[in-house]
Amino acid sequence: MSNAIEAEGLVKRFGDTVALDGVDLAVPKGKVLGVLGPNGAGKTTAVRVLATLLRADAGSARVCGFDVRTHATTVRGLIGLTGQYASLDEDLSGTENLVLIGKLLGLSRAQARVRAADLLAQFELTEAAGRAVKTYSGGMRRRADLAAGLVGRPEVLYLDEPTTGLDPHSRNEVWSTIRGLVELGVTVLLTTQYLEEADQLADLITVIDHGRVIATGTPDDLKRRTGGQTLQVRPTLARDVSTVAAILRDLTGEPHVDLETGLLTAPVDDPMLLSTLVRRLDDAGVTVDELALRLPSLDEVFLAMTGRTRTSEGSAA
Amino acid sequence: MTTATLHIGPNQAIRHGLALAGRSVIKIRKNPESLLDVTLQPIMFLLLFVYMFGGALKGSTSEYLQFLVPGLMVQNIAFASLGTGMALNADIGKGVFDRFRSMPIARSAPLVGAVLGDIVRFVITLVVLVGFAMILGFRVQTEPVRFLIAAGLMILFGLCLCWVSVWVGMLVKTPQAVPGTLLVFIFPLTFGSNVFVDSSTMPGWLRAWVDINPVTHLTEAGRGLLLGGDWTAHAGWAFVWALGIAAVFFPLALRAYRGRVG
Repeated sequence: MSNAIEAEGLVKRFGDTVALDGVDLAVPKGKVLGVLGPNGAGKTTAVRVLATLLRADAGSARVCGFDVRTHATTVRGLIGLTGQYASLDEDLSGTENLVLIGKLLGLSRAQARVRAADLLAQFELTEAAGRAVKTYSGGMRRRADLAAGLVGRPEVLYLDEPTTGLDPHSRNEVWSTIRGLVELGVTVLLTTQYLEEADQLADLITVIDHGRVIATGTPDDLKRRTGGQTLQVRPTLARDVSTVAAILRDLTGEPHVDLETGLLTAPVDDPMLLSTLVRRLDDAGVTVDELALRLPSLDEVFLAMTGRTRTSEGSAA
Repeated sequence: MTTATLHIGPNQAIRHGLALAGRSVIKIRKNPESLLDVTLQPIMFLLLFVYMFGGALKGSTSEYLQFLVPGLMVQNIAFASLGTGMALNADIGKGVFDRFRSMPIARSAPLVGAVLGDIVRFVITLVVLVGFAMILGFRVQTEPVRFLIAAGLMILFGLCLCWVSVWVGMLVKTPQAVPGTLLVFIFPLTFGSNVFVDSSTMPGWLRAWVDINPVTHLTEAGRGLLLGGDWTAHAGWAFVWALGIAAVFFPLALRAYRGRVG
């Protein structure tokens, strides 16, 4: 059994709204799947089905080989859930929340206390451990949510938009936490509307829109599928710009020249061009500060696949 | 890695319920305002009935106080059970309930936890009521162990009655709708009884209800236990009623919960 999470043909309707319209997902053990899509694409619904909180109208799903419908309790023993919905009791302190979860999972009071203290330390919440969760900042809350999802040492972790609404600093903190978990061998399903987040964290990305999977692959696969790559060259000396432009024109086509930054960019479809370019620059005696073959951003991928930009607030599409 | 399939037995379900009752108790401790109803109500009822109606009903306020307290204990327990459904209705929309539901615990655990946690509210309302009554001159005329039996019976009845409250709490949209709906049950139950007056002056049709009302039986048992006299038969009837209410409303509440959260 190589897939920790498998789902085929998941359908879920809410009245006339089709939230999931035949979704297939597969996450190999120990990998991170990023489920990417705009608001209302069906990401959260998919997580709720996979976490046994919601029954699909059609299709099936298994976690570590156990059907989420017929073996719901077993599945619940394997998963950890963190995100927009599953959260903590606001009135209780961080410690009280984690101890409660530990006791519900069958730990003795003493064991639950030790586990809570360990996790709170790991997530740098020891100082806030005794305070009510409602006094936590956004970043602290997400970290506490993550800690809560880990009390039972889950094999599979669902992270439903773990950084939505966080400032960049807190977001980076959460990202590094997630990377740490992956190193421990946890399988992660992460939903996000942030393309950068999926690119940063995920081994595989499934793009969902209107309840359907519109693309699946590695981040690089998806970018490649969207179109060619971009060559970026920045000569050390501004006077070399025209020489570089001439070489690029010769090799690829008309480059775009940014006179402000001295950066030249040109579309390429043959990666082998890079070595030719290096040789030509050498021959011309031009030194460069920057020379890169860049894949298109996931923003560009998403635009190409859904035919529209993200509707969310936040960074521009 | 192999994982055995998980099943939850009754022992575990009880443990889960107790852990979540602990959560309720912590919340009560952190939010003492939630106890205003169970602390102020008994005092208001005592003052109102003893001094306003006592003289007219029994000729003397001190005599009426003795008569009234056992029944008021039952009545305040019944009113305290309103809070269970309100609290759960407010609680269930919060994210933490999704966390409970995503864990390998008994489905009923969050409800059982809320009901068991309300034992604290019941104990507090009884302590306030009897304590204030004693300041006003009430005296238990039997040995303390009989008082404890009375309190235990009444709390058990309250725990069973809570399931009506939970059921309603799972059906209505907002917490505010819980007392409005439940008073339709609680009023005939508490006022249609012998808590405040003897049933002998009531018309036949009303007496028919009052005489079988579990609150009447529990009140009679309470009077026997606190003031002296026979109590076992009434206690037996109250016990049967309590179990009957739980047997009907526990499954109804659980079904309404499943219907609500999916």
